[in-house]
Amino acid sequence: MRYTLNINGASHGVDAEPDMPLLWVLRDFLGLTGTKYGCGVAQCGACTVHVDGEPRRSCSLPISALDGAVTTIEGASGPVAEALQAAWVARDVPQCGFCQSGQLMSAIALINAVPRPDDDDINAAMNGNICRCGTYMRIRAAIKDAAAAAGG
Amino acid sequence: MAREPGRRNVLRRHPILSGLAVLIVGFVAWSSVNSYLHRPEHENIAPVEATPAIAHLQPVAAFASLPDDASRSVALFNEAGRVIQHPRCMNCHPVGDRPTQGDRMTPHEPWVTRGSDGNGAPGLECKTCHGFSNFEPSGVPGDPHWALAPASMAWQGKTLGEICRQIKDRTRNGDRNLNDLVHHMAEDGLVGWAWNPGGDRTPAPGTQEEFGALIRAWVETGAECPADASAALRR
Repeated sequence: MRYTLNINGASHGVDAEPDMPLLWVLRDFLGLTGTKYGCGVAQCGACTVHVDGEPRRSCSLPISALDGAVTTIEGASGPVAEALQAAWVARDVPQCGFCQSGQLMSAIALINAVPRPDDDDINAAMNGNICRCGTYMRIRAAIKDAAAAAGG
Repeated sequence: MAREPGRRNVLRRHPILSGLAVLIVGFVAWSSVNSYLHRPEHENIAPVEATPAIAHLQPVAAFASLPDDASRSVALFNEAGRVIQHPRCMNCHPVGDRPTQGDRMTPHEPWVTRGSDGNGAPGLECKTCHGFSNFEPSGVPGDPHWALAPASMAWQGKTLGEICRQIKDRTRNGDRNLNDLVHHMAEDGLVGWAWNPGGDRTPAPGTQEEFGALIRAWVETGAECPADASAALRR
């Protein structure tokens, strides 16, 4: 079936089965490989993207149910995204890096919703993003740095 | 065959070394046996067994022979309780802020919390993972109204009698009258999900239609609640 998608501000036409997860449309059809496949069952958060600015697990979102504009890590922009990117670099957050695009998409959504998140806010929002390298403390610190830098 | 006198001589000449060797061998043997006997306990995780699906609830007519409305009402609610206390319903009626999941009602993974309105925390709302319908490729269930029941409707750990009184209490049931309750139980889409849960989840017993008929008959017979064992003891 033919679908027209708004991905990172651009329109894309794809032919896909209705139950194809958005994740595979992004990676296999559009070459946007920044979004990662981790578990495939919405347990790890590696595949997190935004749909109309809100975080969604693209592994569990069928293309037929997509109901808004998609932003992937490649298209993440704006003061919050830039502040997080700077904090991520300054804190050397990534280790292997595999989960980090999902971590960042969740962190962007968190700061957009809660401009100055405390530890409880961070725990509640970031619990769905697993990091096998255990960079959680750096993630927490970098989110706080970025929130302050973004003026929240 | 010639004997080996040299080796025996070594043992005789170094009795301390020989004794030490015996002690070391003995210690190693003892510690091996000891560590085996005191090996760490393994965790007994019961195998996940498929919960049998229950095709039908007892029909309202099955309770017609009971002598009066009150006892019939209680019996009807007890039958409906097989649905109300099923994991498909109880998982999202937790005590506290965290739902459970699966037929074994284990804590929800990932760790989620109800947030201010039952839709999850900012940045990790229910809809982050749960879409408008079940998604079989990943097994993630969904419904347009996927959310936690309000804290005032917490059912887990309560008796059916307690749940019954809670359901009727307009200060705790979302200000629903009895007719609203019938409508909610018999026709609500999210309630209906319990019979269409997808994945390897066991559906709630019977059908929503059967369940709705029981609740309707329960209301018509006075909406009586089962007595609690503790309440009966107090009398």
